[in-house]
Amino acid sequence: MAETIDIIKDENIVYQKSKVLTDNVMHYCPGCSHGVVHKLIAEVIEEMGIQENVIGVSPVGCSVFAYNYLDIDWQEAAHGRAPALATATKRLMPDKYVFTYQGDGDLASIGAAEILHACNRGENITVIFINNAIYGMTGGQMAPTTLVGMKTATSPYGRDIDLHGYPLKMTEIVAQLPGTCYVTRQSVHTAATVRKCKKAIRKAFENQEKKIGTSFIEVTSTCNSGWKIPPVEANKWMVDHMFKFFEQGDLKDAERDNPDDYKKYIE
Amino acid sequence: MAKIKGSIVVDKEKCKGCGLCVVACPQDVIALAKEVNSKGYNFAYMVKPDACIGCANCAEVCPDSIITVYRTKI
Ligand SMILES: Cc1ncc(C[n+]2csc(CCOP(=O)(O)OP(=O)(O)O)c2C)c(N)n1
Ligand code: SF4
Ligand SMILES: [Mg+2]
Repeated sequence: MAETIDIIKDENIVYQKSKVLTDNVMHYCPGCSHGVVHKLIAEVIEEMGIQENVIGVSPVGCSVFAYNYLDIDWQEAAHGRAPALATATKRLMPDKYVFTYQGDGDLASIGAAEILHACNRGENITVIFINNAIYGMTGGQMAPTTLVGMKTATSPYGRDIDLHGYPLKMTEIVAQLPGTCYVTRQSVHTAATVRKCKKAIRKAFENQEKKIGTSFIEVTSTCNSGWKIPPVEANKWMVDHMFKFFEQGDLKDAERDNPDDYKKYIE
Repeated sequence: MAKIKGSIVVDKEKCKGCGLCVVACPQDVIALAKEVNSKGYNFAYMVKPDACIGCANCAEVCPDSIITVYRTKI
């Protein structure tokens, strides 16, 4: 025990809270994936030394208050409109790193048009997409991403295809668009996946320097409150069910399509 | 042979007792306390401090970024 106390000195610190995170206590529920992803974005910003040069666009959803936690410049978008705001911001200030942070209700439902067109235009922005398969903030209603059979406040008998349609794989869709350069699906439920996800976020920010198109990172996430499953079991539920439908890994790692390939049709 | 020795400090007032650190630890160092903090959460603490290797797994999965990790060779 004496040894344990001895080593608690500044020179022995191997991991501490990023300086880009504020000291505010996050309002998220215990164990919520949002907090982990906030931390990773903060760490990437700190390591790249771009705190003064990054602009986040926060969504409507549980992460609406992201601006309370990351000490950077932010804009707050109307529901689903973050990619439109990020487009304008990046075009006006091309030297800034611009990212959107959006939930699945925000990105895949009300904001489906904005994200598709931003990705199709190949805007040089980074999109962080937190897919917890539910509307967390409003009380756990069904989202476009809710799995078939999954119970939510508005699908109490489970999602039924005849009634509610199929779950939407936004990440697969944007991977097909010519404007995207990097499309990947990650998670943050173990230390190993946290490290991998951080690398993906870093790459997505660095892609903005190369001006090669839109980088899109889905983080398959949990919503303990909405799912009504405690945090540790929720992670397990995510692995057992979500991962089968939302397959993990890179879907695209390239550059946006060459414009010349599109000009030939009218030549 | 030099031995790696680690330790963590949990900001117990900010801990929400989610328990993700407990399962992330490869050494079973962490448990949730029977007592609660002022918000009523059973906060994380080192139940087996001597087993800590300072790998930082717990801190990396912590959604609230409230774990600081220390490591040294002894
Ligand atoms: C124009 C408009 N429509 C609906 C709402 C209600 N609303 C608030 S958050 C939300 C969905 C949030 O779900 P998601 O984007 O998945 O975020 P999460 O909370 O799960 O992280 C909805 C429908 C709103 N605020 N504005
Ligand atoms: S309701 Fe869900 S998404 Fe929102 S903070 Fe709680 S766990 Fe996270
Ligand atoms: Mg959601």
